[in-house]
Amino acid sequence: MTEPEQSLATMKPGETAVITRIRDLDINVQRLMSLGLVEGAEVQLAGRAIGGDPLEFRLFGCGISLRREQAESFLVAPAGSGG
Amino acid sequence: MASTSEVRIPANSIPVSRRAKASIAVVGTPNSGKSTLFNRLTGLRQRIGNYPGVTVERHVGILKDASERIELVDLPGTHGLTAHSMEEQVTVDAVFGHIEGNAPPDGLLIILDASNLYQGLYLAQQLLELRLPAVIALTMTDAALAAGYEVDIDEMSTCLGGVRICPVVATTGKGIGALRDALESLHDTPAVEPAPVWPELTAAAGELAERAGLHDAVVARALISNESTAGVRVADALGAGHGEALEVARAALFAEDPPLAVEARRRYAWVRDTLDRVQGRGTTHEALLARVARFLNEPWPGTIGLFVVMLVVFQAVFAWATPFMDLIDEGTAVLAAGVHQQFGDGALASLVADGVIAGVGSVVIFLPQILILFTFIILLEDSGYLARAAYLMDRVMRSVGLSGQSIIPMISSFACAVPGIMATRVIPNRRDRIATILAAPFMTCSARLPVYALLIAAFVPQQSVGFMNLQGLVLFGLYLFGIVMGILTALLIRKTALRGPRPAFALMLPEFRRPNLRTVTMQLLARAKVFLYRAGTVIFAVAVVVWALAYFPRIDNMPERIDAMVAELPDEFDSAEREAAMQAIENRAAATQLEQSYLGRAGKFVEPVFRPLGWDWRVSAAVIAGFPAREVVIAVLGTVYAVGDEADEATLSGRLKGATWPDGSPVFTLPMVIGLMIFYALCLQCAATIAVIRRETNTWRWPLFAWSYMTVLGYVGAMLAFQLGT
Repeated sequence: MTEPEQSLATMKPGETAVITRIRDLDINVQRLMSLGLVEGAEVQLAGRAIGGDPLEFRLFGCGISLRREQAESFLVAPAGSGG
Repeated sequence: MASTSEVRIPANSIPVSRRAKASIAVVGTPNSGKSTLFNRLTGLRQRIGNYPGVTVERHVGILKDASERIELVDLPGTHGLTAHSMEEQVTVDAVFGHIEGNAPPDGLLIILDASNLYQGLYLAQQLLELRLPAVIALTMTDAALAAGYEVDIDEMSTCLGGVRICPVVATTGKGIGALRDALESLHDTPAVEPAPVWPELTAAAGELAERAGLHDAVVARALISNESTAGVRVADALGAGHGEALEVARAALFAEDPPLAVEARRRYAWVRDTLDRVQGRGTTHEALLARVARFLNEPWPGTIGLFVVMLVVFQAVFAWATPFMDLIDEGTAVLAAGVHQQFGDGALASLVADGVIAGVGSVVIFLPQILILFTFIILLEDSGYLARAAYLMDRVMRSVGLSGQSIIPMISSFACAVPGIMATRVIPNRRDRIATILAAPFMTCSARLPVYALLIAAFVPQQSVGFMNLQGLVLFGLYLFGIVMGILTALLIRKTALRGPRPAFALMLPEFRRPNLRTVTMQLLARAKVFLYRAGTVIFAVAVVVWALAYFPRIDNMPERIDAMVAELPDEFDSAEREAAMQAIENRAAATQLEQSYLGRAGKFVEPVFRPLGWDWRVSAAVIAGFPAREVVIAVLGTVYAVGDEADEATLSGRLKGATWPDGSPVFTLPMVIGLMIFYALCLQCAATIAVIRRETNTWRWPLFAWSYMTVLGYVGAMLAFQLGT
């Protein structure tokens, strides 16, 4: 519990993780969920624009770009850890 | 004979053809290759109309090479049956049959991208739950194979309740024949029983549907979103007393969570299971395009690449178009001269030559530039690069209160604000969208360019500043000025009238793709048609009106007065002197005529208003005439300076240089010219832009605001330049 929470915003380029929990289910987050960013989905951070924002993810082969502040709503665990 | 019963249907009538055997809605995720496939299936037998109340275009085509008349309706791409933008709303309402005057479709053609089945299956399952006859076209199977995915078509069909799946490669036409056969017999095909992805929802919806007398799928959508069109219909059908029946069902289905979130979880869990069964992993071999894409993903190379691309586009627009524009210019001049030669200087000949040919010609001359610019924009869009530009520019655009998606309309607006403003439909947030619409008309459009070119060539000295040319520098400065003013406007409006939370930014980044030549050509032709149509209607009308205002009322006894003056010429003049004197008399007569005309009177009337800007009545009249379409000003300046004392100069710029006030001082001083250019940079002199803002915002408020705001800005800017400089 002392470890800082890992989210889509804290991932490193090339890293793959699984979404474990989604917080603040506002309409914007719901929209992202209907694009496939749901619990259990495996996501890879493919790149970042200049200044580290926005972020580009790969989600089952498709590219999707999010701003850092939205990415923070999606908590993740490293892929294959079962978390 | 059968052909005698052919009925001609007006192109704009909404019920396209009642005689069609079946109407099939074409639905798919964005970037699934939908337009390419649609063009393949229908060829050139397409008709573009509008849906009532919205500006989303309705593309209808007739299935090519089919024995029966099957109509295909191409709907905007969507990720699901909950709409987040205007275009998605049209798609959702159309498949449910909720658009007024449009019957529900007889069947669905669902287009899925084999390399993005994750989102594709989500949409397909929702659509199949509508229980309409359906066929799935699976595109990009080659791309999916290259990316290491192999799709098991039979297994996929089983998972989707047995629906027919046709793999196609739209660019080569592979698989099109089988798909056409499937579409031809679709209306006789029963709907499949969809996979039981969410039985609780189906059960709850079924029960309420019976009570409301509506389709199960409509009620299911209403349960998930009560703000949707379906939600409104169901609430109406159930009546006031039964509203709580919906709430009870919702509480049981979703508990505390937002229904949309629950739906996404449920359905994507099913999608993941299905993908495991359907998609085998093969070997990946990275295509060249993918490697280019990876390089352009790197922050710095990507951003530098974007600027290089934009530089090339501008260079192409200005350099490559010149020979074609010269050709059109010469063509109109020859044509107008020919009319005068053939038919003399009467009212009708003057109308045709000086009004119609000169007026419309001064606009058609932009066609080469516009086509080149659109070629680039369509290529960039089709290849998936514009989405990447939006991603790269998001941070910059965000700092001025816009989002990355605003960059596409802004770039388009350098050609013309009309398609630029239409391109704002991709921006889901209303505030962002309107801020972008208000910023777009500040971008230097191709109609401003000739005004700048004329004034710079005449009044900015040709000297070098460092490695740049002063004239080029001024032109560049005007472009920059427009961009800065547009951005400041967006910032201002976002901080005042459109204050609100920063919207979410989610952008799909499609893989780079080689653009399809056929699709690019068809889009380009459509653009050219729209442009020429405008030149043939609005500009034509303005040209005729301006001509009439400058021509009438005629001074009655002018020919006699000229004769009298000629008779008074001294006898000792040789033929050259005589010629010159007669020319001067005719010029003076024409100048008097123009001053007496309605346009001249109007110019004199408004002259005091524009006096602080240093404009004489002729410039004032030209600017006023240019309010419906700013490019008209050149034609009007050409008319008013073609006569009078300055007419001896051969070129328009020469005549402008020679223009004087009654006291002999020049009208076109450098501060006045700079002010005039600032006025053109800022003022919204374009009826088409005003009309498109009205259509896109669905209110007169924004176009009126934009017009007043920009006119005041232009006036104040021009006055400051003139007063400070003089």
